[in-house]
Amino acid sequence: MQTAVIFEEMKKRAKELLSNGTVARVVAWQTGDTCYDVTPGFFESVEELDEKMVFNCLCGANLSKYLITLSRMPGKTLAFLKPCDTYSFNQLVKEHRIIRENVMVIAIPCEGMTDVETLRGKGITGVLSVTDKDDTLAIETMYGEESIAKKDAMAERCRTCKSKTAVAFDEKIGETAENVSEDRFGMVAKLEAMTPDERYEFWRGELSRCIRCNACRNVCPACSCEKCVFDNPDSGIAQKAAVNSFEENMFHIIRAFHVAGRCTDCGECSRVCPQNIPLHLLNRKFIKDINEFYGDYQAGADTESRAPLNRFDNNDVEPCDAVGRK
Amino acid sequence: MQVNETKEFVPTIVAFCCNWCSYAGADLAGTNRLQYPANVKIIRVPCSCRVNPMFILRAFQRGADGVILCGCHPGDCHYTSGNYFTRRRMALLFSMLEYLGIEKERTRLEWVSAAEGAKFAATMNDFVATITRLGENKRLEDLRCKPQ
Amino acid sequence: MKMIQKAELFRLFDAVSANEKLYIPADNTAGKAEYSVYKDGMQLSSQLNTVRSAKDFFFPQTENMADFQVSGKNISVEIAPRMDEDFTIFGVRACDAKSFAVLDNVFLGDPVDTFYQQRRLHATVVTMACGRPEETCFCTVFGIDPANPMGDVSCWETAEGYCFAANTEKGEKWLAKLDGVLFETDESTVIATKEKIHAITERLPLGNLPIEKFGNGDEMMEYFGRPEWKELSRACLGCGTCTFVCPTCQCFDIRDFDTGHGVKRTRCWDSCMYSDFTAMSAGQPRPTQVERFRQRFMHKLFYYPMKNEGLFGCVGCGRCLQKCPVSLNIAKVMNALSKGKEEN
Repeated sequence: MQTAVIFEEMKKRAKELLSNGTVARVVAWQTGDTCYDVTPGFFESVEELDEKMVFNCLCGANLSKYLITLSRMPGKTLAFLKPCDTYSFNQLVKEHRIIRENVMVIAIPCEGMTDVETLRGKGITGVLSVTDKDDTLAIETMYGEESIAKKDAMAERCRTCKSKTAVAFDEKIGETAENVSEDRFGMVAKLEAMTPDERYEFWRGELSRCIRCNACRNVCPACSCEKCVFDNPDSGIAQKAAVNSFEENMFHIIRAFHVAGRCTDCGECSRVCPQNIPLHLLNRKFIKDINEFYGDYQAGADTESRAPLNRFDNNDVEPCDAVGRK
Repeated sequence: MQVNETKEFVPTIVAFCCNWCSYAGADLAGTNRLQYPANVKIIRVPCSCRVNPMFILRAFQRGADGVILCGCHPGDCHYTSGNYFTRRRMALLFSMLEYLGIEKERTRLEWVSAAEGAKFAATMNDFVATITRLGENKRLEDLRCKPQ
Repeated sequence: MKMIQKAELFRLFDAVSANEKLYIPADNTAGKAEYSVYKDGMQLSSQLNTVRSAKDFFFPQTENMADFQVSGKNISVEIAPRMDEDFTIFGVRACDAKSFAVLDNVFLGDPVDTFYQQRRLHATVVTMACGRPEETCFCTVFGIDPANPMGDVSCWETAEGYCFAANTEKGEKWLAKLDGVLFETDESTVIATKEKIHAITERLPLGNLPIEKFGNGDEMMEYFGRPEWKELSRACLGCGTCTFVCPTCQCFDIRDFDTGHGVKRTRCWDSCMYSDFTAMSAGQPRPTQVERFRQRFMHKLFYYPMKNEGLFGCVGCGRCLQKCPVSLNIAKVMNALSKGKEEN
């Protein structure tokens, strides 16, 4: 279905629910001053909705984390969630972070998102507007018209999408899109096949760019601690900037480990990284290992199952065998 | 890392030992006069599952060249199931460290009971020999913490 | 005016790097521009701006300030050495070059920050005019001309090559050392280049931000109390991306690290977006993200210009527009606040 048609339906339904008092507010996406600076938007009136709400191929932000606070506010919150956002939503419900009965979820279909960073990476700069035209994006720039095939403009996480099926919703708009994605563990396998020295060089090259802005942590739906250990001066490891390579490694290892088994692979960490560090490759390594060692598991697929690190089996693989030492 | 007069590399090893089994195993090794290198620094923990991945990283930061975890054999945990959780966590952590290109030999998990003094000594001897061969920890070092 | 052919640029790099460290913007593994130490064969990035700003050269993200060694009952203090080698930064854009003036007011005012001062003294800044500004650029709002970048030496990329002109004594010395590499040329091509750039900057979509509404101390409290802050900050994640890519953000924290045999005192960037920014024993003076968010923009648009003769704490480089995970930025804030003012 055309994104524009979906958007009209979203807006119509949101207005109905707002005006009949079923919900007190709506969380969706909001237009900005330029075509692409789409911000998560919070609307409490029909007028605001009309004026500011937007849905297009640049609405990549995952809104589920905002529901932690929104579900604790008086009245119900209506949230529009893309299929991958519903996984994060489920996971947060499972961890008792979102109060489920205070949220109404409308699942919307997603054909994959793009972002202006990806366009810039393709050499398209000075972007003034992006128009969705079936399989291509028509882009108006300060230096003339450009066009790019949608699949080339798609973010990495969308090219390797895990599922186009929403797993948690009260209502649904549109049909589930067909999932034709690449193998999401391809790059992890490629890294595993390298020698330790090559892997070390690869990760030093990536992690040494980290500026410790904490965007990956703050955007991550699985990172919902009230106070992060890296912000706690009593923890002994609090740091505001990585002073050396050890601190860079430690932050990313510990963060990835803390979300292991809970990370739904929404890819927000890599999307927001200002230095374009492929952080999702750390999370995907854990997901791949969990699948291989303890059976397939998808965090956020349901709200009941126990997380892989919260259960065990008497015959679990020994760590030395897990890394092939014996 | 310590360097003695002949400049031979003597690794620093941190061993996290469960109070209920391997810590007693280390004791038994001592009372039986079994020898293992003095550069193994034992840290007693109430259960192997008390060991947070951060402890392991911080041991490396503070100068360890190898970190070994010793817990009760599967099925024998004093708290019923702690070591099973350890096993899962460490499988994932060690695999991640290897993924980052950090030598897989530097971390190890062994099951050593209170009665296995000989196994404790043998494990430590073997681990120290492995790390000595491997050399200094460079990939997870924090230069600030190196003795000057 | 001096010039070098495009294909010969490496000669200039080789000549400069033979005497001192030379940093040029080069593409990194992620395909983004980053200042790197010039090595043989390194290519100048064709991108407009580096992800990290040029402030890193004078005010690095982390720097060692002092070491304390403990032995027995004695403590010896070793102050970290200051920069004592000349270096050149090549390809700094007009916005980043202007940001040094913003930082100078902070670090070279009384008391002088000698770490910063020494780096400034040893650096030669070679700026580069922007041939292809982007939609996120709004330096013109702050009176910066991307066709006439300041710094010690200015450089223009023309169809034939790179043209250089010195702006300071240091710049003249720098050019004099390159006599064998550069040749004399007239200004005509550069004038044409400047005209081309001006034609583009007139079309900048953010070129008309309502800057005239900000910076007036009499209105500070009114802006401080504006209702828009709450709505604007609502989606803010509280990460430090905007502050860390910003060329003018200059807040820092000083931390002591226990090395086991002494203490290392380190200075590192801090961000007003963080929950522990300026936290005191009595707690955090800005308890929610609304106040923290407001602090950042009030600082740039009011507090800083009020103390520095109207110089704004923003140079319009557009990094925060490109990098904010949820697209909150100073342009959005300025527009929303001025719109709200008209309505009231």
